[in-house]
Amino acid sequence: MSLHTKTLAQLAKGLRAREFSSVELARAFLERMEASQPALNAFITVMREQALADAQAADRELASGATRPLTGLPIVHKDLFCTAGVRTTCGSRMLDNFVSPYDATVVAKLKAAGAVTLGKSNMDEFAMGSSNETSYFGPVRNPWNTTLVPGGSSGGSAAAVAARLVPAATATDTGGSIRQPAALCGVTGVKPTYGRVSRYGMIAFASSLDQGGVIAATAEDAALVLREMAGFDGNDSTSVDQPVPDYIATLGTPLAGLKIGLLKEFFDKGLDQENERRVREALAVYEKLGARLREVSLPNLPLSVPVYYVVAPAECSSNLARYDGVRYGHRCQDPRDLMDLYKRSRGEGFGAEVKRRVMTGTYVLSAGYYDAYYLKAQKVRQLINADFSRAFGEVDVLMGPTTPTPAFEIGAKTADPITMYLNDIYTIGANLAGLPAVSVPCGFVGGLPVGLQIVGRHFSEAKLLNVAHAFQRETDWHTRIPEHYR
Amino acid sequence: MSLTREQIENIAHLARLALRPEELPVYQQSLSAILDFVGQLDRADTGNVAPMAHPLPGLSQRLRADLVTESDRHELYQANAPQVAAGLYLVPKVIE
Repeated sequence: MSLHTKTLAQLAKGLRAREFSSVELARAFLERMEASQPALNAFITVMREQALADAQAADRELASGATRPLTGLPIVHKDLFCTAGVRTTCGSRMLDNFVSPYDATVVAKLKAAGAVTLGKSNMDEFAMGSSNETSYFGPVRNPWNTTLVPGGSSGGSAAAVAARLVPAATATDTGGSIRQPAALCGVTGVKPTYGRVSRYGMIAFASSLDQGGVIAATAEDAALVLREMAGFDGNDSTSVDQPVPDYIATLGTPLAGLKIGLLKEFFDKGLDQENERRVREALAVYEKLGARLREVSLPNLPLSVPVYYVVAPAECSSNLARYDGVRYGHRCQDPRDLMDLYKRSRGEGFGAEVKRRVMTGTYVLSAGYYDAYYLKAQKVRQLINADFSRAFGEVDVLMGPTTPTPAFEIGAKTADPITMYLNDIYTIGANLAGLPAVSVPCGFVGGLPVGLQIVGRHFSEAKLLNVAHAFQRETDWHTRIPEHYR
Repeated sequence: MSLTREQIENIAHLARLALRPEELPVYQQSLSAILDFVGQLDRADTGNVAPMAHPLPGLSQRLRADLVTESDRHELYQANAPQVAAGLYLVPKVIE
């Protein structure tokens, strides 16, 4: 069995048993990463020298017998996480030459757990997108079919794991940006509860929605990484002070009696029929395992996308105001005056989708429009949140499709922003309510992966991972690798 | 909800974004479409509902003690600055 087909859990065992070294792992994955670039473009920065140095240090640690939870294991970070001394671009021209002076808490924690960072993955610019087509560094391609998108905004992370270029990758999810690309690429993606993972050093898009998480081949692997990523951080004022359970310890808890709610509003006419079939087949597996299914209705859920496209742009217009060409980031040539400096630096530094969202946000927050749009959206958000609370009074987890269709062609949906926005129709609700959610691969349609989405109560990551793991013990979708990358 | 060219120019100004003349109609169209789309929110009855600013109930802004915890690292932080002199960020003349 080649190194790249092993899961993170298997690699951890192998390292401890000295079957192979961290340097061997780093070399093997770095080679695959570099070789894949022309076809997939999953990375913005490959950290070859640093990775090999870190791997050597990890090997010394492994030799001494003392190891930390992730010692020597290779990962990549979405290029939205600040990495000290390493270029951090957020997929944007605005930060093309930005070398971060500090590590994000997520980066620091995974380093402290012994992980070896191999590089920074490509992403939609400032995390705004559902196809990884808005990156200044070019689109990422889906390893299952390179004429198709991998999903976004964490397209690089998802493609990298799907092609086994790296066993795990950090990612972020504001409206679906972990789950949707995980679904389109046939891998497992976890978006934790809002406040579970620190946002310090995680470049901000929409502060009430952003959450850092992980993409890996299996729920077990995701649990290994999330266990180290999660936790209270005083540097993030929205970080929640709740102990992090050992997600690995409860992976194998039997499911019998689990009450699963099927989201009625997700099985609508927008859902591709074949996608629906794969999802219903997955639900049948759960029934076999002893779970009980019932339909639940969240009547305000269909308004998720319009709520999101008021709230997220509003918050992004505020967060992106910091990019002014003064202290860091792109600065235009020969500014005539301060206003010109701001306008041209930002006009040149930001791509079209970012500008579109900044302007939408500016409009909905402006005098005379704030009540009609932003305040109204935050009220509907409350209604959606109440729908979820009510549902969780009847069931333990909610399930449904992650996306309405499998991966689509690069360029197919870029003409009309709304068409692109509707890709997140099933994922956005969990962000609005701050709920944890997971996508697991549950089959194929025309050779392309389909994802099953599982949403849980606040801080129920252990339950979600357990439920996902149970599915992965009964099925093998999570072991499938695109032909070219086996 | 059709935004006029003037409205787009005003929004771009507020957002401090320089748009080329040929970009204006493009943004005019897409922003108008987005605002139309989000207009669906009018359908929802939000009579007695409070706006939800934070996804988790019952949390308020955490405060910290008023103590100095940072050290002076401005050289490190200014390494990314476009133009710096004597520890200050250089910009075009602000005050006439």
